[in-house]
This record gives sequence, C-alpha cells and structure tokens, in this order.
Amino acid sequence: MEQRVATRVQLVRKPRTRLGKRLAPYLLVFPGGVWLLIFFLIPILFMASVSLQTGTLESGFRLTWHFGRYVEVFRQYRPQFLRSFAFGAIATGATLVIAYPLAYWIAFHGGRHKTTFLLLLLLPFFVSFVIRTLAWQFILSDQGIVLGTLKSWHVLPRSFHILATRTAVVSGIAYNFLPFMALPLYVALERVDRRVVEAAQDLYASKAKVFTKVIFPLSIPGVFAGILLTFVPAVGDYVNAAILGGTNTTMIGNIIQLEFLQNFHYPVAAALSFILMFILLLGIFAYARLLGTRSIQEYV
Amino acid sequence: MAVATRPLPVEAPPNVPTHRPRRRWGGWILPTYSGLVMFYLVLPILVMILYGFNNSGPKRVSFRWLGFSLYGYTHLFAKPDLTAALKNSLFIASVSTIIATILGMLIALALVRYRFRGRTVTDFVMFLNISAPEIVLGASLLSLFVTFGVPRGLLTIVIAHVMFNIAYVAVTVRARLAGFDRSLEEAAQDLGANPWTTFRRVTLPLIFPGVLAGALLAFALSIDDFVITNFNAGTTQTFPLWVYGAVKVGIPPQVFVMGTLIFMGGVLIAILNVLAQRRRA
Repeated sequence: MEQRVATRVQLVRKPRTRLGKRLAPYLLVFPGGVWLLIFFLIPILFMASVSLQTGTLESGFRLTWHFGRYVEVFRQYRPQFLRSFAFGAIATGATLVIAYPLAYWIAFHGGRHKTTFLLLLLLPFFVSFVIRTLAWQFILSDQGIVLGTLKSWHVLPRSFHILATRTAVVSGIAYNFLPFMALPLYVALERVDRRVVEAAQDLYASKAKVFTKVIFPLSIPGVFAGILLTFVPAVGDYVNAAILGGTNTTMIGNIIQLEFLQNFHYPVAAALSFILMFILLLGIFAYARLLGTRSIQEYV
Repeated sequence: MAVATRPLPVEAPPNVPTHRPRRRWGGWILPTYSGLVMFYLVLPILVMILYGFNNSGPKRVSFRWLGFSLYGYTHLFAKPDLTAALKNSLFIASVSTIIATILGMLIALALVRYRFRGRTVTDFVMFLNISAPEIVLGASLLSLFVTFGVPRGLLTIVIAHVMFNIAYVAVTVRARLAGFDRSLEEAAQDLGANPWTTFRRVTLPLIFPGVLAGALLAFALSIDDFVITNFNAGTTQTFPLWVYGAVKVGIPPQVFVMGTLIFMGGVLIAILNVLAQRRRA
C-alpha cells in the first residue's frame, strides 16, 4: 500500500519536473542567447544591408541593392587586402616558429615553475594592447633606448630606421599575438601522453624521431588552433599599422576604420568588412569541419 | 631472419656517447632560447614602466631618455580628460563584466548539465563570436546602430563589451565545470531546498572559482578593448581610445604611469588567484 502511494506520488510529480527540466536549458540560454542574437548575429545582416545602400551621410542612405559595390571596393582596395593577408600570414608563421620551442620547453621541462612561466606568457595581457604597441614605438624609434643606444655605439648606421616600415608592422603584430599562439601550443604539448613518448624512447627512437613522429603529430591540434587564433585577429588588425607603420603599410582594417569613422562612407566600409569576414569565415568553417568547434574552445 | 640482422642490444651502446653531447647541447640552448622569448614578451612592459619615469616634462614623453622623474606619479590625475577616460573604462568594464558574467554563467550551466535542441547551435554561435575578427564585430554592430540612429556613447560601448564577453565567460566557466558533481544539488533538493536556495547555497559556491576566473577575464578584455570600442564609442573616450588618439600629438607621462598601475593591479590579482587556488587544492 505504501509503495503504491509512493509510485503514485512519483507519477504525479514526474511530468512537472520533466517539463521543468525540458525548459530549464532554454531559460538558462535565453538571456545570453538573445543578447548574442541582437548584438552579434543580426548586426551582420545589417552590415550586409548597409553595404548594398547608396547615398551620403547628409542626404541619407537608401537600400538600392547595389551589388556592384563589392566589385568596386575589392578592386579599389586590393593592395590593402593582399597586404593584410600577407602581413597576417608572415606574422602567424613567425609566432609559430618563435612560440613552438618555448611552449615545448615549458610543457616538457617547465618543472616546478610551470605556473610562473605561464603567467609570464600572459603578462603582456595585463598591459593595454594600445600601450604595448606604443611601447614598441618607443623601442624601435630612432632615438629610443634601443636603436638610439646602438647608434651611439656605432653598431648601427645613423640612417638606420625601422619605424614606418613593413618590418615594424609585422613584428608588432607578431609580438601582440604571440601569446595566442603560445598558449594553445602549450595546452596541446602538455596533453601529449608521456607514456607514448617513453614508449618511443624505449623502442630506440632517436630524439629527433621522437619529436617528428610522436610529439609533433600529437601537438597538431594546438598548431591549428594557434594559427586560427593568431591569423584571424592579425589580418583584421589596424592598431599596429597605425602606430608602427607608415603610408605604405596601410592594412584593410585601417581602410575600414577610416571609411566608417572619418569619411562616413558606411556602405564602402560595410562592404569591405563583409568581404574580410567572408574570406576569414571560409577559413574558420574549414577549420571547424576539420577539427570541430569544441576543439578550439578548449584552447581559448 | 629479419630480426637477426638487426641486433638491437648491440646497437644500443654506441648510441650512448652520441646521445650525451646532444643532451648537453639541448640542455642549454632551449632554456636560453625560452628565456630570451620571455624577455621579448616582457620587454615592452619594462619599457612602459621605465618611460613612466622619463624626465621629459608634463606635455609628452620623449623617445630619448632624459633622466629620472616622478612627475607622472605625483601628477597622476593632472589631465582631466585622461582621468575621465580612465573612469569611463573602469565603469564600462565593471558594468559589462557583471552582465556578461551572469549571462555567460547561465549559458555554461545549460551546456554542461543538459542535452537539448539548440545546444550545437549555441556552441557554434559562441565559437563564431570568439573566432570572428574584432573589426567585423565592431563594424557590424555599428551598422546596426547607424541603421536605427542609435547615438553612440557609454551605453553602446557597454552593449558591445557584453556581446564579446559572454562567450569568453561561458567557455571559461564550462571548462571549470567539467567535473561538476550533480548529486550534491540533488541532495540539497531532496532535503527540501527550493531551486533558488539550491543554486545559492550549493551550485554557486561549487562553480564560484570558474565564475571568478570568467569575470576576471571579462574585466581584463573589457578594460583593454580598443577595436570594437573604437567603432561604437562615438565621442566618448575610454583609456585605450584616449591613448590611441594621443599617439600623433604625444603621449603624456600619466599614460605610462596609469598603464603601469593597471598592470601591477592585474598581476597582483592574478597572483592572489593562483595562490587561492593552490590553497584550495
């Protein structure tokens, strides 16, 4: 009798908790989801719409489905597009080469001080991006403590300069995004199962073989994540070009910024950002198809 | 027979002498290299701290080193517009962190505990949000505001900062939630606690370290953000925007001093966080 009552109580209660349970995840996702919908996804549609409008700031913009704009702006700003992708690719390659040995060393030989080294890796993030770039302007400037000193010691010729060159912009980008590369690399290398490495050593693999046949292949997800996390912001960056660059290092970000905020050519700027987004999204989608969306979030 | 032609134990001893020097070679090359890269990473920070002391007068810090001065520290708030920009930054970071932390935490809870329709979509939207270039996020949000004639200012900056922080908070909280023990919540509910009490007294204390980490990340990202803010600020100034605007006319010493103080504060909090976690573990 008691048991029957108990099962009846359960029968009565179950549908309610089930409904609650079914609704709960939606209620939890709802506020943040709506925020992302209104201020992240829908704006992309508005950007597409603005890019197809014609008009001026004074007379107002009207949607005229001017698809020709895409061809116009791409033609007009092709050098800046190409430069952005070239700078992004070179900087990403540089960060990979610079960061890999460091990440490897911390993961495999960091010992007791791993946390300290990781904190050191993150230190640049405690300084504003703009100030970090500005500090490089001071370091690279002709009279600054580095170049100025080297010149006064006659190590470098008086006419030597770095600021306002491509080298300055690319190295600024590489510096600023180095942690984005180093951290996923570290996470991937840290995850490499040490027993697999030992097994390779026990089977008389040389040090080079252990690295090329075991450690490096296992770290590839981290390499991919690092490349994505570095390349995407690097291509869209305009702070480095603005602070460290000159007139012949303008990137597409500088143009978008200029057209949007100073010239008020909203359609042109929107079309440029849309092209940039489209090209980068293709890469991101390819990445997601290849490795899944979770794999990148694991490295953030 | 193939095995006999490759006598492994015989081959092993000659390996030893070739191994040793290599090890010694790798023994100092890699640490030295790593040290140099870490120095490279902190070099601009050292430069920022150093130039905060450069004795080049109140107007602008010169590239040339002109001697030691505490002017930037004693006149930290002598530039009213810079001070106002810093205040704006702190205000925006605080408000957007609170909102983004709550919204992000809720999403993380949903993703960790429930399998539901739309889970993959939520995951993918957050992935897109994190991996999309900042300039596109800024430009598209500005397109929305321009279309509806929304005046840009503090409010639009806060909206933008919450937008790019939700996913970061959700991902951070979820990472710390992986080993979450649901039986504790069930125990609380079996003991008669209502959902709100269960959340406040059981769930929140358990996920608090993750939420705190997410909030700190959100605050750091917000106070540092330049690109998205630049697009959606209108004439409102934040600390990074002010500094960027001052690059062409000259950076006053206060900028480096404020940067130094923010840096010190951030490092202090990070160290305290690490120590607290170590004690808990």
